[in-house]
Amino acid sequence: MTYIQLAYGDLFLPALLVVMDGVLSLVLRLKLEKQLAIATVRMVLQLVLVGYALTFLFAAVSPLWTALAAFIMVLFASREIVARQKRRLPGTWSYGLGAGCTLLAAGTVTMFALLTELRPDPWYHPRYALPLLGMILGNTMTGISLGLDVLTNGLVRERAAVEACLALGGTRYQALLPVLRDAMRSGLMPTINSMAAIGLVSLPGMMTGQILAGVEPIDAVKYQLLVMFLIAGGTGLGTLAAVMGGARLLTDQRHRLRLDRIPAETST
Amino acid sequence: MLPIGCSLSFDTMLTVSVLKRLHISVSFDLQDGECVALQGPSGAGKTLLLRSIADLDPNDGTVKLDGTLREAMPAPVWRKQVTYLAAEPGWWSDTVQEHFGEWDDALPLVTRLGLPPGCGPWPIQRLSTGERQRLGLARALMLRSRVLLLDEPTSALDSASAAAVESLIAERISNGTSVVWSTHDDAQARRVGSRIFVMSADGRIEENGP
Repeated sequence: MTYIQLAYGDLFLPALLVVMDGVLSLVLRLKLEKQLAIATVRMVLQLVLVGYALTFLFAAVSPLWTALAAFIMVLFASREIVARQKRRLPGTWSYGLGAGCTLLAAGTVTMFALLTELRPDPWYHPRYALPLLGMILGNTMTGISLGLDVLTNGLVRERAAVEACLALGGTRYQALLPVLRDAMRSGLMPTINSMAAIGLVSLPGMMTGQILAGVEPIDAVKYQLLVMFLIAGGTGLGTLAAVMGGARLLTDQRHRLRLDRIPAETST
Repeated sequence: MLPIGCSLSFDTMLTVSVLKRLHISVSFDLQDGECVALQGPSGAGKTLLLRSIADLDPNDGTVKLDGTLREAMPAPVWRKQVTYLAAEPGWWSDTVQEHFGEWDDALPLVTRLGLPPGCGPWPIQRLSTGERQRLGLARALMLRSRVLLLDEPTSALDSASAAAVESLIAERISNGTSVVWSTHDDAQARRVGSRIFVMSADGRIEENGP
């Protein structure tokens, strides 16, 4: 495997493209220059830090440090899930449910891949575990946040229908079923769409990266297929768990719809 | 078990004692085959009271059916016997007949309420408010509940349809069903209720003779 190595200096010219965006923003008065600057600085800092962190982790190959890194990734994912909700779940549950479901789904699927197919030595080797987890996490997170968003909005909108079913002696799961189905569908849709378009419309980042690094295209494709299967599984599991958990939080033991548990929207 | 032929015994069917929900606090008893009209200004809490009896909202207090606490049974079982019907009933499927277990069994009720027998495949979207209200009633009556909690069941109906609803419910009452009927119409309250409860803005009820 040979690949063309980049020095920091090689990034100077490409970085000018971002400066060009900034000039455009100034000239056209898009008022994006501040956001653009902050985002650029964040991107550079975050990626360089991650680079050093991964270098350290790969050298250490410690189960403890790898687990800590995975845990921090899950935390950021759950924060992102909460930030994407229009109506939030009650209290700490909004974080707990997001974190629990991403951890459960992405964790299970990553372990599954590591233990059955990739089998690195040791199995928790961060070189395999962390990139896999990262890719699955990102997609699972999208599925969960979409699913929860459709669930809470759907329950608010379909409140009369849900309560009509409850009043007629339906259980909370019978009453919520139409909304649960909608939520599951929207959670899975992005993954299905990207699976359908992959290769034709988009070349996935991981595969392109491997090809640039000198891997034979057909080998890169196999890796990409593995990752896509894992993503599909993780998104399905995670969305199911989050939507069921959300449904449980917004109903109670006496089969009542508890929209009062959604905190009033903060007008910001 | 429906008591057969014991028209003289006033069995207490539904007992509500110190039912509290937000500002309302209510106690009353309902006999077998009795209809109580519930009146009071908008916002007094009539809907809150009916929903609380059906256990659709969190509430405090004791509610019993034939001496059995509602907490002693799963909430869906309770609501099949003590059924709340909203003034604007909700719909969870696209067509009328999907909301009924057996549409053919519901036809006699549906036609009696003045709806065409062919309305089964109609989309819910196409129904007028009054049609929805009558179909919602038919759907609830299919359960053959012991107690009906009717929230302004004729608010969207013309007088002919309202009369059809009143006579249908009267029939159920004479067969032993108990009813709490919330209405803004004083004449209707006197027609349907053997007793009239008036709810005041402070969330209490007072009994007025019919």
